[in-house]
Amino acid sequence: MSASPDPKPIHSCDVTVLGAGPAGAAAAIEAAALGLRVVLLDEQAIAGGQVYRAVPGIRPAHADRDRAEGDRLRKGLADANVDRCFGHRVWHVERVGKEWQVHALGPDGPRTVHSAALIVATGAQERHVPFAGWERPGVIGLAAATILLKAQRILPGRNVVVAGTGPLLLVAAKAIVEGGGRVAAIVDANPRSAWFAHAADLLSRPDLLARGIGWVRKLRSDGVPILHGYLLRAVEGDVPSLRATAVPVDRAGHARAGAAMAEFACDAVCCGFGLMPATDVTRLAGASHAYDPARGGWHVIVDVDQRCDVPGLYAAGDGAGVVGAAAAPLQGRIAALAAARDLGRIDARTRGARAAKRALARTARFGLAMTQIANVGNGTVASIPADVIVCGCERLARAALDEAIDDGCATINDLKAATRCGMGSCGGRLCEDTAARLIALRTGRTRADIGQATGRPPLRPVDLDALAGGFDYDALPMATPAPL
Amino acid sequence: MNRYDLIVIGAGIMGATAALRAAQGGMRVLVVERHAAGAGASGVNAGTLSLQIKRVALMRYALRGYEWWRNAGDEVGFKRTGGYTLAFNAGEQALLEERMTQKRQAGAPIEFVSPAQVRAREPALSERIVAASYCAEDGHADSTRTGPYLRGLLRASGVALREHAPVLAIDVGDGGFRVTVPAGPIDARRVLIAGGAWTAPIAAMLGVTLPIEVRVNTVSVTEPGPRRLHAMIGHATGLLTLKQKSNGSFLIGGGWQGRGSPTTGRGEVAGETLLQNLRLARFAVPALAHARVLRSWTGFEAFVADHYPLAGRLPGVPDAYVLACVRGGYTIGPCIGPLVADLILGREPELPLFDPARVMAGATLAHAAGAAAGTAHARN
Repeated sequence: MSASPDPKPIHSCDVTVLGAGPAGAAAAIEAAALGLRVVLLDEQAIAGGQVYRAVPGIRPAHADRDRAEGDRLRKGLADANVDRCFGHRVWHVERVGKEWQVHALGPDGPRTVHSAALIVATGAQERHVPFAGWERPGVIGLAAATILLKAQRILPGRNVVVAGTGPLLLVAAKAIVEGGGRVAAIVDANPRSAWFAHAADLLSRPDLLARGIGWVRKLRSDGVPILHGYLLRAVEGDVPSLRATAVPVDRAGHARAGAAMAEFACDAVCCGFGLMPATDVTRLAGASHAYDPARGGWHVIVDVDQRCDVPGLYAAGDGAGVVGAAAAPLQGRIAALAAARDLGRIDARTRGARAAKRALARTARFGLAMTQIANVGNGTVASIPADVIVCGCERLARAALDEAIDDGCATINDLKAATRCGMGSCGGRLCEDTAARLIALRTGRTRADIGQATGRPPLRPVDLDALAGGFDYDALPMATPAPL
Repeated sequence: MNRYDLIVIGAGIMGATAALRAAQGGMRVLVVERHAAGAGASGVNAGTLSLQIKRVALMRYALRGYEWWRNAGDEVGFKRTGGYTLAFNAGEQALLEERMTQKRQAGAPIEFVSPAQVRAREPALSERIVAASYCAEDGHADSTRTGPYLRGLLRASGVALREHAPVLAIDVGDGGFRVTVPAGPIDARRVLIAGGAWTAPIAAMLGVTLPIEVRVNTVSVTEPGPRRLHAMIGHATGLLTLKQKSNGSFLIGGGWQGRGSPTTGRGEVAGETLLQNLRLARFAVPALAHARVLRSWTGFEAFVADHYPLAGRLPGVPDAYVLACVRGGYTIGPCIGPLVADLILGREPELPLFDPARVMAGATLAHAAGAAAGTAHARN
């Protein structure tokens, strides 16, 4: 009802873009260039996303290709006719009639954006595999370490174990060494053969491959041990005297009997087990999703034009499958072109999309190979001890989840209802993948059958007072009282 | 043929408590459930067990249902906290006085209390209360525990339960029914449709059109915080339910409407009505200013035009029964489920049922009046 006195500004535009990383920025720039009115929302203070994260005024310690790419992206965005809303936390996305309504809280209060098209470019999130001691001070995720290193130029520790799976281990280790820290060890649960299995795809981008090989050489020459086929299983002790233990595992992540464990003294542990598409927004928007390990797990389903199966909804970048920062801008452009076409604003024969799609096919190969090299098998959760906390928000140990699964919980929603797993502040971002793997292990059900949690607002916790805003009690639109 | 005496469709509070009584009466019973036990309205509602928000004509049923929850105790997170219903202006005060007087006469132990008394006991409440009522029996349970609790009861009573088994078809024949789920057909002498918001499409499989509509109720929860509220809080209009759970989080409901329908399987939170719900909660309990909203969701609530239950024989189909559309069903379900089972067992239910024939197209006024005799009776 319009009687509400709250001053919440409502903006209308043609296209709303969520996320100012490589995909979202490219989508916004392209859409604006096509003459569409564009609003771009991002929770961070400046554009770039996680991969090109930076803080204004802080120069990187070394000449940094990512920083240069990020600056190019920020410059492009600044020159485009895009209404940029940084510092905005989007808490709800809904389709009302034929338009999208995006609700956000920004520095100046609530803001709602109405548009015909919505491009979701909210990227990826880190996969977490719990181990004994993962909640200890001194243990942080690779993504968190990256924020410290890129945005704040702070080392996560002086002697760091970098553990998990995949190429991001190398990225973090390299950044720690460049920042003046020491890497006690790189511990990758996947065998080195995981890299060779994707050699052909990696060769599609010889420049990036050479860069990675250079990092490995540098780290080895610095004496950093690089272990493959070892899974981080425990961190003990207190900062600065931590001890990380890893066990030898097979391809699927199951512990190999009889093989010797590896132990490292350290003062910090950075861990991450690859990236998964962030699907919270597209779930909330009602789009269909599929589970595909080759794309990082659950992802929103898109057609060749990045269209989802809900009218006016598009997804670009890692949310539609973790394709990496090189492919993301191409998907952003394709999505913007599709939106402009669907809105009847450009001719269906406009050529731009075809070239972008050809380039995408090439570029995505490399990014998808990176994603697969970081994949984990269900074996990695098989050896989680019964008393290790899986859901940190609700304090649920593995044993509690196993019990509920044995009691009949066959889907993520079942397990959530029965145990509260995933109901805390993190919204299941830390535990849901592990919980689903536990169900798969114990029931033999497929991830498609186990499903994802139903999307719910708010997308992130929001302050009630900020949401409620100023209001007049007598103007609240009271419905007819319940029947007596 | 391995035939059941009764197949109950729906493992919510209605279906499960009916199944338990039928099994106790000697029947061989199977419950089929499209999702998981208690995953629908039984499991996603705000857990409110308040006599102050029950309909006058349903008060006797509510009092009995309440006893069931009290007996279930810790296993369902039952808490007897007492509850206040608040009015903030003269219109709401008049509404409160009229309604609570009638509910008291119907048997609910409700008293009127002064704003000063309310604020002395609950200092976190608004200073703008002009009138209030109190019911010491009001309380709440943790609705997420409904499903696991019902599952355990069914198992212990020897009732077969098939979850994730949506009914695809029901065929009538040969002195019974053939109910088809994805795993194949199952035969039974009788069926009870207790499918909550999905009741109408299931009845349609038997050729019966039930004029059921569906509400999409919104519930929200905040992050846990320090203890500020002890009692349940309601609003004279019924448009607010608010409680602070044992883990410190606030649960906010009141029937504000989202969007969606059971046929699409999806209920959606409507941003604008959610905000109004939060504003009303914020007004009643200013201390909520410091809380962060963690999650909002919706649950489907089926109803018919007169807002009384469908509880009895499915019109025109011998040996088929229906139980749905019970306003306040979370509290009342454990009372009315067994009553319908009594009818199925050929016994006289201890309280009158609510004949679904009254809502059928073509039901004459006289017919409707006669069929709703239970309703009329219950009002006395």
